[in-house]
Amino acid sequence: MSDFTRNEMMTIVAARALKNDDVCFVGIGAPSAACNVARLIHAPQITLIYESGTIGTRPNVLPLSIGDGELCETALCTVSVPEMFRYWLQGGRITVGFLGGAQIDKFANINTTVVGDYNKPKVRLPGGGGAPEIATNCQEIFITMAMGKRAFLEKLPFITSMGHGPTGAERRAMGVKSKGPTRLITDMCVFEPDPVTMEMTIRSIHPGVTREEIAENCGWTPRYFDDCSETPAPTAQELEVLRDIQARTKAAHAA
Amino acid sequence: MAKFMSLADAVAENVRDGDVVAMEGFTHLIPFAAGHEVIRQGRKHLTLIRMTPDLIYDQLIGMGCADKLVFSWGGNPGVGSTHRIRDAVENAWPHQLEIEEHSHAAMANAYEAGASNLPFAVLRGYIGVDLPKVNPKIKSVTCPYTGEVLATVPAHRPDVGIIHAQRADREGNVLIEGITGCQKEVVLASKRTIVTVEEMVDKLDTPSFNSTVLPHWTVGAISVVRGGAHPSYAQGYYTRDNSFYIAWDKVSRDRDTFLAWMKDNVLDKTPDAFAAHAKKSDAKAAHAEKSDAKAAHAKKGA
Repeated sequence: MSDFTRNEMMTIVAARALKNDDVCFVGIGAPSAACNVARLIHAPQITLIYESGTIGTRPNVLPLSIGDGELCETALCTVSVPEMFRYWLQGGRITVGFLGGAQIDKFANINTTVVGDYNKPKVRLPGGGGAPEIATNCQEIFITMAMGKRAFLEKLPFITSMGHGPTGAERRAMGVKSKGPTRLITDMCVFEPDPVTMEMTIRSIHPGVTREEIAENCGWTPRYFDDCSETPAPTAQELEVLRDIQARTKAAHAA
Repeated sequence: MAKFMSLADAVAENVRDGDVVAMEGFTHLIPFAAGHEVIRQGRKHLTLIRMTPDLIYDQLIGMGCADKLVFSWGGNPGVGSTHRIRDAVENAWPHQLEIEEHSHAAMANAYEAGASNLPFAVLRGYIGVDLPKVNPKIKSVTCPYTGEVLATVPAHRPDVGIIHAQRADREGNVLIEGITGCQKEVVLASKRTIVTVEEMVDKLDTPSFNSTVLPHWTVGAISVVRGGAHPSYAQGYYTRDNSFYIAWDKVSRDRDTFLAWMKDNVLDKTPDAFAAHAKKSDAKAAHAEKSDAKAAHAKKGA
């Protein structure tokens, strides 16, 4: 299989990271696509939870918002938003939180709040939503984001949700018991934290991507694991499932 | 005590200049008709509370109704920016907007604390993040039993809580189905309330023993506004108008285009205009209604 875009590659690799017995708190956008591709291929029993309160949802088309009716209609049950955040997220029931973001640093801290000074912003972004508490209350965090110099920064202007902390040490020092970001899946490669420094380090490179390209699209000098490998290319089935759900989604939202 | 009245009267009686107002509905059941009525009546200096300001507060803020926004995620869901809110925050247009920013968990907890008649909410949140540095209302408390330091936020106690729901019976008992968000909490936390509903029915016909119902004695004004949540949706009645949310990006980007749209579709209209949106989506909702009815039947039988 050779004909695929880097975005498709990213979504499929993100989908592969999920397991059948995961209880996954799903962010909107790329995470939502990945989670549903996983459900439709290798993880049919996965529990997908959206912060609007839908538990065990099985949407036929990807939702535009985290609260589309499709999510509620296909869910096992729907709870109120306070219950969602208190019992299910804070209660420690979620195995994986799946986040996207606008900007990220090498310790997987995320900014979705503001570019520039908070009180005089250059660009005002949407804000944290559920992410600040998802980041610490889920057992582990997967992040999926396309690479770019404006997105992958040495230092963030604002920390909306904590990865491993500004120097990689803070999360542990604060005694946060959950693992935090264990995978950062991009359109070019997959990062995992170095077990000692917690710096996000490249575990595998997607087919057709060079180290030079990665360096050009990363705001810090990326490190590689010694046994860094090539990410297996998407299979025909993976591509078909992803393209099908995206086509259904496009048709549904244009109607 | 629930009192049926026109939406214009409900807003005139309950929403005053300078009020703290919460219009809730988490993506679902957003009270757009009520928001438009507040704009038409020219309310000013409001403090607007909502987890996701969505297009409803983009419109209120763009029309200059608010001095302050309390929120936790301010985008156009799945589409991009809420441009009027950005213009207010970045360029003070049409005037300066103060913001008080939280996380979803904190906002949900703050509503629950308000409904529970508590002064503040406590949560395991805001760990290792920058929001507490820019929002002085985020504080902490040490657990007297374990010593754990936990985040606190003040309870939400709005002057007016406004929601949209599926239906009310003649006594004014209100049924909410589907994604219920914080709607029950916001009504119980607020001093005065306005509830718009899709329809008034003789019998509420609750689908399960555990349905989300607001008893009539917890509700203030009730107005029947068919389609009143458009372009948001009402589960079992009509679906979310996702194409409207996508189109709003273009409408709201430019100040003049926005103002022209608001004149044609809000200032020059009445709440009755919303019924057309409900009708337009009827076909799309037919499927949803069928599966709702099936689900309700199964639950009753169980």
